[in-house]
Amino acid sequence: MRSANLQKVDFRWIFRMAWRDSRQNRSRLLLFISSVIIGIAALVAIYAFGDNLARDIDQQAATLVGADLELHANRELPDEGQHVVDSIRRLSVASSAEQRFASMVVFPDGGTRLVQVRALEGDYPYYGKLETVPEAAARTFRAHRGALVDKTLMLQFGAKVGDSLKVGELMFEIAGRLEQAPGQSGISATVAPAVFIPLEYLSATGLNQKGSRINYHYYFRLEERVDADALVSQLDSLLEVHRIGYDTVASRKQETGRVFSDLSKFLSLVGFVALLLGCIGVSSAIHIHIKEKLNSIAILRCLGVSSHQAFLIYLVQVLGLGMIGSVIGAAAGTVIQQVLPAVFSDFVPVTISRGVSWAAIAQGIGLGVWISLLFALLPLLGIRRIAPLNTLRLSFDAHHPARDKWSWVVYGLIALFVVGYASLQLDGWTQTVVFSVGIALAFAVLYAVASLLVWLVRRFFPASWNYLWRQGLSNLFRPNNQTIILVIAIGLGTSFIATLLLVQHMLIERVSLSASEHQPNMVLFDIQSSQKDAVAGLVKQQGLPVLDEVPIVTVQLEAINGITADDARKDSTIVVARRALGREFRVTYRSELSDSEKIVAGTWTGTTAPGDTARISLEEDYARRIRVKLGDKLLFNVQGVRIPAVVGSFREVDWNRVQTNFRLVFPAGVIDEAPQFHVLMTRVPDETVSAGLQQAVVNRFPNISIIDLGLILSVLDDILNKIGFVIRFMGSFSILTGFVVLVSSVMISKYQRIRESVLLRTLGASRKQILAITALEYMFLGAIAAFTGVILALGSSWALAVFSFEVPFVPDMVLMLILILGVTALTVLIGLANSRGITRRPPLEVLRKDA
Amino acid sequence: MDSILSVRNVSKVYRSGGRTLDVLQAISLEVEAASTVSIVGPSGSGKTTLLGLCAGLDRATSGSIVLNGTTLDELSEDERAYVRNQSVGFVFQNFQLLPTLTALENVMVPLELRGDRNSRTIAMTLLDKVGLADRGHHYPVQLSGGEQQRVSIARAFSNSPKILFADEPTGNLDAETGETIENLLFELNRDAGTTLVLVTHDLELASKTQRIIRMKGGRIIAP
Repeated sequence: MRSANLQKVDFRWIFRMAWRDSRQNRSRLLLFISSVIIGIAALVAIYAFGDNLARDIDQQAATLVGADLELHANRELPDEGQHVVDSIRRLSVASSAEQRFASMVVFPDGGTRLVQVRALEGDYPYYGKLETVPEAAARTFRAHRGALVDKTLMLQFGAKVGDSLKVGELMFEIAGRLEQAPGQSGISATVAPAVFIPLEYLSATGLNQKGSRINYHYYFRLEERVDADALVSQLDSLLEVHRIGYDTVASRKQETGRVFSDLSKFLSLVGFVALLLGCIGVSSAIHIHIKEKLNSIAILRCLGVSSHQAFLIYLVQVLGLGMIGSVIGAAAGTVIQQVLPAVFSDFVPVTISRGVSWAAIAQGIGLGVWISLLFALLPLLGIRRIAPLNTLRLSFDAHHPARDKWSWVVYGLIALFVVGYASLQLDGWTQTVVFSVGIALAFAVLYAVASLLVWLVRRFFPASWNYLWRQGLSNLFRPNNQTIILVIAIGLGTSFIATLLLVQHMLIERVSLSASEHQPNMVLFDIQSSQKDAVAGLVKQQGLPVLDEVPIVTVQLEAINGITADDARKDSTIVVARRALGREFRVTYRSELSDSEKIVAGTWTGTTAPGDTARISLEEDYARRIRVKLGDKLLFNVQGVRIPAVVGSFREVDWNRVQTNFRLVFPAGVIDEAPQFHVLMTRVPDETVSAGLQQAVVNRFPNISIIDLGLILSVLDDILNKIGFVIRFMGSFSILTGFVVLVSSVMISKYQRIRESVLLRTLGASRKQILAITALEYMFLGAIAAFTGVILALGSSWALAVFSFEVPFVPDMVLMLILILGVTALTVLIGLANSRGITRRPPLEVLRKDA
Repeated sequence: MDSILSVRNVSKVYRSGGRTLDVLQAISLEVEAASTVSIVGPSGSGKTTLLGLCAGLDRATSGSIVLNGTTLDELSEDERAYVRNQSVGFVFQNFQLLPTLTALENVMVPLELRGDRNSRTIAMTLLDKVGLADRGHHYPVQLSGGEQQRVSIARAFSNSPKILFADEPTGNLDAETGETIENLLFELNRDAGTTLVLVTHDLELASKTQRIIRMKGGRIIAP
């Protein structure tokens, strides 16, 4: 009698038995699988969105640049640089030029606002279009002194087409409302709303003076025979020498594609967390399912079914369920995917299509089936150990996963899968390890807390408490309890919501802190030296303080220890930060440090005697990045004059303060006479005073730009709201999954509790008493899970605060307390809602049905 | 007459919570083919454990069991499952029907497992024999206790077993239904020429078998 003689596996029979066995449990099994549905829906929606987005970026890449080639520089090109532009112009069918800078504009109602002025010449864009209302305005504004004004600005200042707008010294007629410009997303319009004007009027505005911070853009529509990428690769070193950046359709496509593939990868991870949570639910559900099938399996074994045949019957069932859940999830995901473009429209510079992505659907279904199988395997393995003896009496050999080598194989596969999936979505092993360890840690902590809870309740069981409390408490550890799975599901869900709330609070707090009393809340910049005293006088005249006034000089770093950018280019063995060489810095000079900076290495020398070499101070992180040490010799080009300097000290700078902070600070006496502009800071008490000052300044000094912290706050608030919406939208999948796992876990435990509740009813327990016992059990569970979830969230947001946002961690504990109470109340409500059926029906009916 | 079941010096010890429990001690017995045997004894005497070991549902701690010429001791769990499917039938005190299968499907399972193409016809014939031809599509929960046990008997005979083990087959039934079941069991057994080993408290039922084995404290006191 060897295995050769055993029955062959008849798969048709296995499938038939799997189908027959599921008969009485289908609705329950579907409930179990519903947690997978949500996870798969999230992933399919995200995959399809990513798929469409990648295709859309591919198809619309030309409209992102608006031309075949774009060159840009942050200063006016010298003659040699201009030659490069001219040579490309000769290869082009058409070309355009643009000067772009930040400036104040004045609306008809006197309202002022910092905008991005885009002075345009030529027929740009060549691909895509400036979407305007009226449509013709995109062309007509160039023919006369017209301006296109961003739609948010029009709305904010109640401006209409035909109104006039003051840019610098010059009035423009608003020719149209700008809806969309090539390559612009909703967010970029919020941060820097654009005003297009014809380039020919720029000098008349008086805004392009020497020292103005203008970016120069050149757009080319090349001849058919010219390949933009080949052209720029030929010109690469020339462009680098003149510090001219470029964008071709291909390079922009690649860059935009990379950014948004990062986005969809991040979103996939969020969906994956939802799916993992769902899988825990599935694993627990299958565990209970198999437990209930123990007798059936034992009978089958008695009748001669082998252990692997029994295993296969339930494996087929799980695969079928996984398949059904995944197909439903994929269908739901395809529906959700129709909504995603609207959710992300503010962030994406292309129009996103809504086509069905079969690749995403196939991926989602495949992942769903695989993950259901993987997580169901642990409880399924126990089937192999179910002895036929169970038909006669309960087996003495309970299944211990820890003693089964196959269980360890499954654990390994799960770990491998999580790490593998994460590594596909994340860049580099560090992130993968952090994500995987984070997930494992969250599960482990919740598991440990749940186990500890069970142990503590058992160990210190309050025998003197009244019966209802004792019964509610003891439900936490009695056979077939759902304590661990519920604590994990509720805890993870709570942790997710709490982290979102804490991070949002932290970011708002960070800005609000800056808005606190005595801190400056308005910054005036681009003040010419000649205007300095008059502006300060104007501020004081309005009864406002001048809190800070700093000169700013633009310098170019030419050499580090005698090595120039050219040397570094020619000899790649030279260890020097190439990116720093040739770079322009905006620096200041002063004799004393400000209170937001402190010396961490070297010594600060406040003044430089005539003839001495300046001992400058670098911000420590930046010095590390450009690999500069104390004592290194730097050579600067200050608007044509070469100035040597020695690195005298490193500073630690508190960047979180509303204050002018600099990577590089010169001592007084070196660049004091160089061309410079000034920044002035003040504090305005309210919006009216703020508007008054802005109008007064812009009217007298149109070149001066003003940043109002109130504006920054409102912009930030707007952006955070938009980001918050996306995060909440994605987070809702996890929360919804947590909710479904919670509901299904509670329902499973209802089946466990039904008999004893009915017995209690039979023995005379009132409906109230049964409900009290149930409410107490779920109250303990909900409270401990929510509490642990909040602790986890505090840990993770502390890490985010310290390592990522670099802000002090001040959690809102009241909010957390409300969250704990809310989650506990929700758990109790779900528990009670599920128990209603038991208490409403007569005991006999339930007993009969149960029998 | 040939022996279909041979039990030699079999012991069964359970270890639980650091204690050992000698449930069976040095049991030896022979059962002849086509005979009827009952095992009687008080609760806890080891009757059901002995039945389980003889049917290959569990492994003996020591000793040897030969069932229909096959030594069970060295077989794996799956190999013993094969032996059960080929040679053994069961009737349990609590019927042990699969709740998600209809009466007909319950009877068909052992035949389907053997790959028998006529499983439906054979099962219908058997249901007819036990008087339930018209209840084939009912689920166990829709049948009375007596009817469930009749389905269980039909299932026990469906694979034409060499030996039938019955554990308190009438234990959960009233006297009248119990008697009907007893008669059915013996009648089908006689017709099929199957060996019957039954465990019971009921001495009246035991007296209907050719041989009575009495047990007490894990030992056979009267073979």
